[in-house]
Amino acid sequence: MLKLENVSFQVAEERGDKEIIRGVSLTVPENKLVVITGPNGGGKSTLARLIAGIETPTEGRIYFKGEDITDLGITDRARRGIAYAFQTPVRFKGIRVKDLIRIASGKQLSTAGACAYLSAVGMCARDYIDREVNASLSGGELKRIEIATVLARGAALSVFDEPEAGIDLWSFQNLIEVFENMRKTIQNSSILIISHQERILNIADEIVVLKDGKVEAQGPREQVLPRVMGTPSAVSECHMISRKGGIDA
Amino acid sequence: MKLDEIQKRLLREIADLHTVPEGAYNIRSNSQMAGRRSTANIEITSKTDVSGMDIRIAPFTKNESVHIPVVLTQTGLKEVVYNDFFVGEGADVLIVAGCGIDNCGNQDAQHDGIHRFYVGKNAHVKYVEKHYGSGEGTGKRILNPGTEVYQEEGSLVEMEMVQIKGVDDTVRTTTAELKAGAKLLVRERLMTHGQQRAISTYVVNLNGAGATADVVSRSVARDDSYQKFDAKIVGNAPCSGHTECDSIIMDNGRILAVPGLEANDLDAALVHEAAIGKIAGEQLTKLMTLGLTEAEAEEQIINGFLQ
Ligand SMILES: Nc1ncnc2c1ncn2[C@@H]1O[C@H](COP(=O)(O)OP(=O)(O)OP(=O)(O)O)[C@@H](O)[C@H]1O
Ligand SMILES: [Mg+2]
Repeated sequence: MLKLENVSFQVAEERGDKEIIRGVSLTVPENKLVVITGPNGGGKSTLARLIAGIETPTEGRIYFKGEDITDLGITDRARRGIAYAFQTPVRFKGIRVKDLIRIASGKQLSTAGACAYLSAVGMCARDYIDREVNASLSGGELKRIEIATVLARGAALSVFDEPEAGIDLWSFQNLIEVFENMRKTIQNSSILIISHQERILNIADEIVVLKDGKVEAQGPREQVLPRVMGTPSAVSECHMISRKGGIDA
Repeated sequence: MKLDEIQKRLLREIADLHTVPEGAYNIRSNSQMAGRRSTANIEITSKTDVSGMDIRIAPFTKNESVHIPVVLTQTGLKEVVYNDFFVGEGADVLIVAGCGIDNCGNQDAQHDGIHRFYVGKNAHVKYVEKHYGSGEGTGKRILNPGTEVYQEEGSLVEMEMVQIKGVDDTVRTTTAELKAGAKLLVRERLMTHGQQRAISTYVVNLNGAGATADVVSRSVARDDSYQKFDAKIVGNAPCSGHTECDSIIMDNGRILAVPGLEANDLDAALVHEAAIGKIAGEQLTKLMTLGLTEAEAEEQIINGFLQ
């Protein structure tokens, strides 16, 4: 489905160039769920932006369904079937939730049709469908709407950047179900999730560990997971709760 | 009523009118009266000294509307019209004004509408005004609306002003005087293209205790157009006022926002907000990841912003 070949990305900074992604090669096979994990600042979001075409690699090639898409822009990649849920969703004055879902679906969608996607991410659709995607929405609400728009795209490759961030624990199981459902309903599709969450790592077919812009490990979950467990890339929910409560886990 | 196709199209643009409106109305076409109807509670009469009308709305009139659209299709026509609205105590009405100019000649066409509103105690007026221009001629389409609002105690005036397309030059002047407990809400939406110029000036005097005003403008300046938004709220009593100018600039568009607040009473609470900037890059990026081209994304963002 997706193949990155020796991809590098550097940005020009005052003190010389800074290499954020360094010679990354990886494959997202068809019908597989791949999770990328790794420490903060490791380059995960940058990699997602390179896949979506928001950034262009300084070296290397990107192939999607066998086609070299390295030189294609964002729109062309989206139309070929790449969807991307941002780590930090964008806010819009005046654009309503249903407008965004409609644009994402690429067709004339009824309000009921748009509502179905919101319900899928556990939102009471009636309360949200007419609201503006602006600063009045909470972080968690925006994050769910972001996921709903990617669902509405029904794309061959869906990339989610830390979808669990800001989602409460009670909705977490729901989120897992969303991903499992996607695999069932979209034919020949693949999912790429960037996450630090153990429960998301647990549903992965394959795991990639990205650190300092390089692939540190990649392979089937059974192989990679034992190696990352106990490192900061896999934070279990209990850890998070106990930390909040101030009790050491 | 005799109107040609262009005039009918203008009426649809500015007043959503497909046939004659319900309720009271006056349709003005190329300086002539093309149709008029008064109702039991709303009386429309022509002025005798100057061009224009008096519109008298009886006290406690409920759920009635007045439509007073103006269309101009004659190049070189310049007119000044005075319309006075006397809204009786406790009335609750919708007033739909608006002006459409189609100028396909080489001379300027200009309509200056001076509207005065005398709003009685506890009355509620919703005023909607749309401006629209079309026509391929080199003559300019010019609209200079002047609006004066005098609000009695406890009255509420909501004004919605829209000018999105085709007007070359506009100087809009709005002044309001509010007594105790009166409330004024203004929503202005403006988009300018090409070499267009739009100037909008507000002076709102909050004279009575508990008077409130909220003046909000959302605008987009594209191409080489220029806009000036100058809103001043004066608090002469314990009152609250808020003005907001939120603008997007594109191409070589220029906008000048002039905040003005004057507090002459210790308990006057006045706030001004102004933000001008180009479309946020990440908004374009987001919509492009949903499959829109950059131009389509821009259009969606602008349309939403001006909703
Ligand atoms: N345009 C840029 N210019 C300079 N530095 C950048 C730019 N984009 C990203 N970086 C840097 O590159 C590194 C990788 O950033 P990235 O957002 O990809 O990390 P991440 O793995 O997604 O981290 P997190 O887990 O915190 O989301 C960071 O150090 C970041 O500051
Ligand atoms: Mg990130």
